[in-house]
Amino acid sequence: MVNRHVVGAHYGLRDWLVQRVTAVIMLAYTVGVVAFILFANGASFEAWQALFACTWVKIVTTITIIALLWHAWVGVRDIWMDYIQHIGVKLTMHVLTLLWLLASLIYMVKVVWGVL
Amino acid sequence: MTTQSVKFRVYRYDPDKDAKPYMQDISVDVDTTTERKLLDALVKLKVVDESLSFRRSCREGVCGSDAMNINGKNGLACITDIDTLKQPIEVRPLPGLPVIRDLIVDMTQFFKQYHSIKPYVINDSPAPDRERLQSQEDRKELDGLYECILCACCSTACPSFWWNPDKFVGPAGLLAAYRFIADTRDEATSARLDNLEDPYRLFRCHSIMNCVDVCPKELNPTKAIGKIKDLMVKRIA
Repeated sequence: MVNRHVVGAHYGLRDWLVQRVTAVIMLAYTVGVVAFILFANGASFEAWQALFACTWVKIVTTITIIALLWHAWVGVRDIWMDYIQHIGVKLTMHVLTLLWLLASLIYMVKVVWGVL
Repeated sequence: MTTQSVKFRVYRYDPDKDAKPYMQDISVDVDTTTERKLLDALVKLKVVDESLSFRRSCREGVCGSDAMNINGKNGLACITDIDTLKQPIEVRPLPGLPVIRDLIVDMTQFFKQYHSIKPYVINDSPAPDRERLQSQEDRKELDGLYECILCACCSTACPSFWWNPDKFVGPAGLLAAYRFIADTRDEATSARLDNLEDPYRLFRCHSIMNCVDVCPKELNPTKAIGKIKDLMVKRIA
């Protein structure tokens, strides 16, 4: 039997940081949207459409979507890492999660940039 | 002398005799003036049924041998008052570790993780004439870290340690890791952080604080783990 020394894989910190930074982005965006609905009469369809017709809103929304999906990736991957021991099943779940998140990204960007 | 009958439901398993574990209902009379701790009652219980096995040594919360799951919560039998427990007192071995017999668990995996963080001061500088001194402030950094008695109450209360005991260092090991990272006499801080920078070894901790909840010495492994993460961020920032 090989007597292996246990050492760190030298990654993991970035994902942990990403989860925190993306959470702050999502929180800021949520506060902005709630403020718009409450104080800028943003509950109507016209106001909502006018807001999302602005390019800067589209950009900010896209950044938040990326933050959301990246956050989801770290969180969901954590669940697979915690509970699934079989390497093959674990890798399959990782790939399926990535495909699902990528599809969500394409669809969300299409919707947001489709508002005229 | 006031006698009180204490009811127990004890986890029993002797792999040589039992096909599978079972719970044994048993009660014992204790003298409430002198026998007030759970360990006192368990020792008496062993007189009633001598086949009952458990570890104990110092009987004063220092050696960490008699850690067990008491009414669903990990703790030391020797410092747990019988009065505070709902009866029948359900006593089980620490969760997540292989049972050797009754309340005795195999701690190999726990100590393997502890050893993996190199729990000793590493300093390759030539030793001074006398000892390596610390200022009082530097020494204070170790308060709340060095007191750990390695009873394993925390690590065996941690779901991340249950799922990945071979990969996740666990709260006890990480508390010890920070004890040496925080030690000003230690020169291996960077190597220690390298050793822990790993999605499994450190980052399986999701800060649910079960460890803090059960620690019989009232230590805070979650806080120590947070400080390790802080140092890793400072290192790259």
